[in-house]
Amino acid sequence: MEHIVIIGNGIAGVTAARHIRKHSDKRIIIISAETDHFFSRTALMYVYMGHMKFEHIKPYEDWFWQKNGIELVRGYVTEVDTENKKLLVDNTKSFHYDKLVIATGSKSNKFGWPGQDLHGVQGLYSKQDLDLLEVNAPNKEKCKRAVIVGGGLIGIELAEMLRSRDIPVTFLVRESSFWNGVLPEGESQMINEHIGEHHIDLRLGTNLKEIVSDGNNRVKAVIIQETGEELPCDFVGLTAGVSPNVDFLKDSGIELGRGVKVNRFLETNIKDVYAIGDCAEQREAIGNRRPIEAVWYTGRMMGETVAQTICGNRIEYKPGHWFNSAKFFDIEYQTYGWVFGARGKKEHEEQFHWRHDTEKICITVAFHGENKLFLGINTFGIRMRHEIFDRWLTEERDVDYVMEHLVDANFDPEFYKQYEVGIVSKYNSDFGKSITAKKKNSKRIFQLN
Amino acid sequence: MSTYDRSMALTGQPPVTLSRNQKLATLVGMFGLAIVLLAAFNVTFPSKALWLSIALASILGGTIWFSSDAYLHKQPGIKNDGVWFKSISSQGFWGWIAGIALTGFYIILYFYPEYLGLVSGGDNKGVIGLFDPLSKALSGNPASQWFVYGTLYTIAILAFGIKFLWKYRHNQYERIRTFSVMFFQTAFAFIIPELMARLNGSSLLNGGSLPYYDLKNMWPLNYYNFEGYRIKGFLSSGDIGFAMLIFGVATIFIISPILTYRFGKRWYCSWVCGCGGLAETAGDPFRQLSDKSMKAWRIERWVVHSVVVFVTLMTTAVIYSYLGTDTSKYWLTKSTFLIGVAVLLTLVFGWVMLFKRKQLQKDAQYGAIGYFVVIMALIGMHFLSGDGNVFLFKSETLRKSYSFLIGSIFSGVIGTGFYPIFGNRVWCRFGCPMAAILGFQQRLFSRFRITTNGGQCISCGNCSTYCEMGIDVRAYAQKGENIVRSSCVGCGICSAVCPRGVLKLENGPLKGRIDSNQVLLGNDVDLMQLVNKK
Repeated sequence: MEHIVIIGNGIAGVTAARHIRKHSDKRIIIISAETDHFFSRTALMYVYMGHMKFEHIKPYEDWFWQKNGIELVRGYVTEVDTENKKLLVDNTKSFHYDKLVIATGSKSNKFGWPGQDLHGVQGLYSKQDLDLLEVNAPNKEKCKRAVIVGGGLIGIELAEMLRSRDIPVTFLVRESSFWNGVLPEGESQMINEHIGEHHIDLRLGTNLKEIVSDGNNRVKAVIIQETGEELPCDFVGLTAGVSPNVDFLKDSGIELGRGVKVNRFLETNIKDVYAIGDCAEQREAIGNRRPIEAVWYTGRMMGETVAQTICGNRIEYKPGHWFNSAKFFDIEYQTYGWVFGARGKKEHEEQFHWRHDTEKICITVAFHGENKLFLGINTFGIRMRHEIFDRWLTEERDVDYVMEHLVDANFDPEFYKQYEVGIVSKYNSDFGKSITAKKKNSKRIFQLN
Repeated sequence: MSTYDRSMALTGQPPVTLSRNQKLATLVGMFGLAIVLLAAFNVTFPSKALWLSIALASILGGTIWFSSDAYLHKQPGIKNDGVWFKSISSQGFWGWIAGIALTGFYIILYFYPEYLGLVSGGDNKGVIGLFDPLSKALSGNPASQWFVYGTLYTIAILAFGIKFLWKYRHNQYERIRTFSVMFFQTAFAFIIPELMARLNGSSLLNGGSLPYYDLKNMWPLNYYNFEGYRIKGFLSSGDIGFAMLIFGVATIFIISPILTYRFGKRWYCSWVCGCGGLAETAGDPFRQLSDKSMKAWRIERWVVHSVVVFVTLMTTAVIYSYLGTDTSKYWLTKSTFLIGVAVLLTLVFGWVMLFKRKQLQKDAQYGAIGYFVVIMALIGMHFLSGDGNVFLFKSETLRKSYSFLIGSIFSGVIGTGFYPIFGNRVWCRFGCPMAAILGFQQRLFSRFRITTNGGQCISCGNCSTYCEMGIDVRAYAQKGENIVRSSCVGCGICSAVCPRGVLKLENGPLKGRIDSNQVLLGNDVDLMQLVNKK
């Protein structure tokens, strides 16, 4: 019986294990240094906020693993010997593998700031980080001010977490507007405002110079590069992105770039060794995607794909249309297809933006300036139906068609106000069109014809 | 390194502390309760009407003030911060105290109403006496323990309903649904039956008197609706009484199947029902306490369906016991009634087995066993029962045990008293035969489903945690499957708390409603076909 060893029990590794089990009776071992059982990393924030206990963010009950014959090992892989197909865990236990899947995820970036290793300074990625946060910032008495460095998704989540305990937060963002490397201007601006509504001291266009020690190896303040201002604080969150967690592979002979280099079959340079999820780096980017995709959904897709390959059906990793989602405090964000911020915007890309007069709701639709092909949509505060946009992207609909049928894609709960009429009329006036928004039609939505 | 242990805290550690306004509001509410409690210890208040008004106003006002301070100065959005840090909402010390207090209240209410001051054939004392003025104003009669309970119940739904409206003020579905339960409780469960009592003995009812009837409360939740004394009451009250009896039959056999087909059982359980109304308002802080394990689900299915069998047999036996045998007196006799019940059950069973067997899978066997038990019991009733007897017991014994075990202990003492321990829908989930019957329809014959939005689920678990019915919503959502579960009451909270916009309650075509294929979008279509291969 073949031994499949998977390093890492995150969404990528666990999805691979589950699908290998579905298709075969191979022996499956998952090794993790982080936790005994799989949990949803994206939900760690809710544990600190008191929405859930840690046990609630485990998607499977603890009996699941034994019942499905998936062996769990807790330990840190210290050595990978690809010649003899052996792993060493915690320098002591040795495991043989026939096929190895590396799914070790990411680690928080630290860019060599002075003081970045002081007590009270941390990133937010792992269960250990969450535990550490409980020590560093348990309440507003022990943590009188927190500073967050890095304006991405983890940064804003960390801000929301700390605010749930009334801890004052200063948020240092390098960019001129929140996440505008990814979001178009109007959206980014709206999120800036919403951050303010949650009483966060948002400092745009601001870099960290250094973190100051109190003399006992503990953070006392940060100094801002641009102004030289010294901000006293008890906690610093470093959330300037993540990078693949692959340092333990340095001497293994497995080819590394920033992550583990893989081809489209998720194979590394060494036979029978695969890499999936955040830690995998495509040799060539797929379409508009980045070579390293640290996203929940792509981890899951790679897990499904590599399971096919390992079970004898060698197939390429071929992700479908791009989608993603997040939540900025109270504002839900979804995206389907490609909408770029000013920095990444292609020459042919045109955008239509609509924002509600009073509420924090907006959308941006991207389309091809010449052939009017619909390229993608960002929505804030309106939920959209994934299936519909996936279909429209596959059918290569033009932007007029999308605007006309926009109501079909609405996924908000029943009785919510609908904004399609206003959106379409703004589209008409922006681009000199005379489109009438269609009525919602369940035959079209559920494809009953 | 471990997470701070918060379980020792009484009121929850920071960040969860009460603001000054909240403390004052608590004081106001407690003052109102204290008046009621003092009355219970037979302190006589000079002007009952005044003091009762003060007490009820304080309880209502205190709760509303507390809620406004808790929610209105915050941004609209999900307000679950610190839920698991507060001892009241995380099975901590205050949770247990509240559970014990509520349970004690229910035991006294159901079994020892004399301690509340109930005096039969004389003037009420104590708490019940305190409520006399209000009862007399409404129905003209002195209060009973049920009037006191009904008043407090309605106050709870109104006060906590307002709290819920503020907590979910960004969510139009939750708001409209809450207005609905507040309305049905106040009008249908509380005021209309009291006012109707004034008609008793009037010429409108041909001098008859109607039984107390909450019109929205249908059999089998209202398990006593077809008991002899009630039937007599209906039939003695002219056309109105007869119409109400017909309505009682129609609600369960005609109205509810149609509405459940169109909207799912939510039209009742989380829009109309009084038990549901209390669970959704006063019970809302406890929804996260329901058990989501596979084991709990297994127990749930056995227990709730056993209750359905029990209530069916009990009701049949009760009606059987007062029917006659002489066809010349009345067309409906003992034997025609039994045959009627058997035919109806056979039709339902046959239809399900013929058309819906596949959807039931293993449960079909259990269904068959249940059906078999009921039919054997009916046959047994025919051959082995004498006058007033069903088998060896009196039908009265059967009725009394149901009323004691299910009607009082399960729905009241455990169902509501244990809110802070087992969650707010214990009764609805494990005990309510009405919910089970509607659920059966919802699973097999309804347009309702919770649609999963393609591949957007991140398995965070908010939906499962905040499902009051203990459904592991995430288990479906993360596979891209729609959620079509008989127990779902359609409260909509899973959809509300989802941070990624994955879940939507909707009524749609039957085709493709139960889609056991995983349709995780975002992945290459060929791969999806491979993944779905079983």
